[in-house]
Amino acid sequence: MSPVLAIRDLHLEIDAQPILRSVALSIAAGEICGLVGESGAGKTMVGRVLLGLQPENARVSAAEVRFEGRDLRGLSARAREQMLGRDIALIPQNPMTALNPVARIEPQMTDVLRMHLGLGRAAARERAIGLLEDVRIREPGRVLRQFPHELSGGMRQRILIAIAFACRPRLIVADEPTTALDVTVQKQILRLLKELQTAYATAILFITHDLGVVAKLCDTVSVMQGGRIVEAASAAMLFASPAHAYTRALLASTPRHDRPGDSLKPIPTALTAQLRSEAAALPGPVPGARAW
Amino acid sequence: MSPADLLRRLLWVIPTLFGVAVIVFVLLRVVPGDPVAMMIPPGASMADVDNLRALYGLDRPIVVQFGAWLADVARGNFGTSISLRQNVMKLVLGRLPATLELCLCAIVLAVTLGLLLGVAAVHWRRRWPETVVDGFAGLGIAIPDFLWGLLFILVLGVLWPVLPVSGRIDPRIAFEPATQFYAVEALFTGRFDVLGELLAHMLLPAAALALPLAASLARVVKASLAEAMNQDYVMLVRAKGYSRARIIWRVALRNALIPAVTLTGVQFTFLVGGTVLIETIFSYPGIGNLAIAAVMQRDLPLIQGLVLTFAVLFIAINLAVDATYALLDPRVGAP
Amino acid sequence: MNARNRARFGGAFLLLLAVLAIAAPLIAPHDPLEQDLLSTFRPPVWMEHGSAMFLLGTDSLGRDVLSRLIFGARAAITVAVVAAVLAGLLGTALGLLAGFFGGRIDTAISRLVEIWMAFPPVLLSIVLAAVLGAGLHTVVIAIVVIDWTRFCRVIRAEVLVQKSRDYVASALTIGLGPVAILRSEIAPNVAPLFVTLLSLEMGIAIVVEAVLSFAGLSVANDTATWGSMIQEGRQFVRQAWWLMALPMACIIVSVLATQALGDGVRELADPLMRRSKR
Repeated sequence: MSPVLAIRDLHLEIDAQPILRSVALSIAAGEICGLVGESGAGKTMVGRVLLGLQPENARVSAAEVRFEGRDLRGLSARAREQMLGRDIALIPQNPMTALNPVARIEPQMTDVLRMHLGLGRAAARERAIGLLEDVRIREPGRVLRQFPHELSGGMRQRILIAIAFACRPRLIVADEPTTALDVTVQKQILRLLKELQTAYATAILFITHDLGVVAKLCDTVSVMQGGRIVEAASAAMLFASPAHAYTRALLASTPRHDRPGDSLKPIPTALTAQLRSEAAALPGPVPGARAW
Repeated sequence: MSPADLLRRLLWVIPTLFGVAVIVFVLLRVVPGDPVAMMIPPGASMADVDNLRALYGLDRPIVVQFGAWLADVARGNFGTSISLRQNVMKLVLGRLPATLELCLCAIVLAVTLGLLLGVAAVHWRRRWPETVVDGFAGLGIAIPDFLWGLLFILVLGVLWPVLPVSGRIDPRIAFEPATQFYAVEALFTGRFDVLGELLAHMLLPAAALALPLAASLARVVKASLAEAMNQDYVMLVRAKGYSRARIIWRVALRNALIPAVTLTGVQFTFLVGGTVLIETIFSYPGIGNLAIAAVMQRDLPLIQGLVLTFAVLFIAINLAVDATYALLDPRVGAP
Repeated sequence: MNARNRARFGGAFLLLLAVLAIAAPLIAPHDPLEQDLLSTFRPPVWMEHGSAMFLLGTDSLGRDVLSRLIFGARAAITVAVVAAVLAGLLGTALGLLAGFFGGRIDTAISRLVEIWMAFPPVLLSIVLAAVLGAGLHTVVIAIVVIDWTRFCRVIRAEVLVQKSRDYVASALTIGLGPVAILRSEIAPNVAPLFVTLLSLEMGIAIVVEAVLSFAGLSVANDTATWGSMIQEGRQFVRQAWWLMALPMACIIVSVLATQALGDGVRELADPLMRRSKR
């Protein structure tokens, strides 16, 4: 089966500084693909490029960026706007700042429904109430009339998830969706996300630095470091027999619930040198790869 | 702003006004120079001076004078104008509508221009419109309304006469209004020829008053809008498929408006104060024009009445601005 | 133009103006008061009927416009420097007091500023000038009395910001007295702001002089100031528009120069003093 998303040789630089190098990704329909790495590895940037939301001064090129067989490179602004929110959606990182503080919840939920599905005001409202029920929010009618600052972080993240699923997209980019939340709330949110994902068979690009979450949630994993992907494998494979030294180091630096008493190990310095030489050997942007 | 805050602000108006009254009084009575000397025409005799002094109660002790004046003012009696021999209150109220119409026209012009330019600079960031807006803002802020007024007269009144630069309405036009709110009346009685005429007369003075405010507004809107465009919630609506124009107008602008409202409030008072000169330059019959005339005629009661009128206007504007925040930002006044 | 160049342009122009003002009798081709009733309303040299005798033409009394402009720079610079410095010192002193000591002193000064702000500044200056009588000293007093609040508000706010900074807190903990803290910690941080405000105030002062001249309250008729030239030119604007245009141009360029200097200084000082560079 052809993948929902296929990326090959994605390069991105800002002010001649390479941020992403030869990134390749492939996500099958209905699959959760984890994108892990330390902060600064470029994982968030991959998600942003996918949505066409890279910074204005970024230069992007790629040999292939295909969503459901459709070439996303050189897509017109209009075509991209039609696709975003409907076919590809985003669950943002920080629920506390991701909602417009001066607007009520209702217009912030119904806008996608009205824009992309052409629903009327009443129909969109009804649908929004259904979505809020899906994400286990009580009294959805009341919540719709509230402002973001009147809701808790967990509530807001549920609303953001409801917004992302509103138009039944085929792909959702979830950018560290639980990092800003309390641990207890995190668990509920992840369970909810998994439930909805299963119900609608949505593919998710799950960006995180938390290997524990990846182990529980993801089907496949790509490990990022220094703007490139050092290893990609099924989740089971990766945790059982990590191939790359960096992946092993990353795993070793993560606390394991199943092996209490293990000491945490920092990333060894010898590895840094190896990574640097590997990165230097990477090819630059493929000549002829179309500029974004 | 909660109702309690609003009430507190309203109560503060009283001491502020009292302070203003004291300063007006002190300024005109205690500062070196005899107020009567200011009032008398050249060549008056000593007896004339003494008569005048007694007539206006200026021979009594200063505290008594102040008390008497304040008591009159509290009852709405601002005395009689020396030069025009009319009740000050009546004079001021007769001229106030013209000034209010001019200020309204100017503020509408300033806000429209400032908003559009600020939005344009962000919408076409790093392209020529941004450069143009920056240049305009620099000039508009540096050059005060007084000079703009003279410039307009010079360029659009004399060198290339396209608009009237004097008065409020052409006296040859048959228009007998019942009130002093000419433009409002013309609008509601369907006299659109008169309305056009009034607007043509108001355009240049209003533009002179509006330009400095429009310029600083453009700058503030541009800065706060650009900042809003970098917020997370804008990232989300971009991911929802909003177009750039829709993001600016529907999402970012409303968040960027709060500093713009603050600025408009602060500068609106400058704008109203600017009518003093602009109305004189354009021979526009409002209270600003009256004020300069009063000063030149050394018309003490009229000056006092007018300064107090301006102070009340200023305070009212500041209150209105504070009340506007609550409408714009739901977080204000929330626990 | 970047900040450095703007500051340079503004500074250079003001310096030039100062030189013109000081050396006016040496530079001006004519006596600014000398009337020549046979050659009134001469246009500038580049226009028809212009003459090289009067490079920028003559006014209604046949006085040389160029010479009057040069002498007008004297009045402009004097008013600008004296008034701005006095207003700056008064406002800054009160602003420092209010910001640094807080409490009742702050409440009193802030309340005073608030009452002051309830006046229309232009009207107030005109009333003041009417009370004090015409003259350059009147212009200066009117500006100082009205515009000290600009300095006071901004400096007070800045001192409050500085006071909350760690280095002031640490100066307090090592037992420095208020004067020492003001001098060693706060003054250097407030100084660039003061220079900026001072520069802007000079531009405002030049305009206020013009405004008071416009209301007939600035100086006696025998002194040439840009404001009085505008006021005279206004009466003949339909016959000889340049009589109003030329002094206006002088004022506008001067105001732009003070603005450029002020903005330039602020921008140059800013990344070092306060916000980190964007």
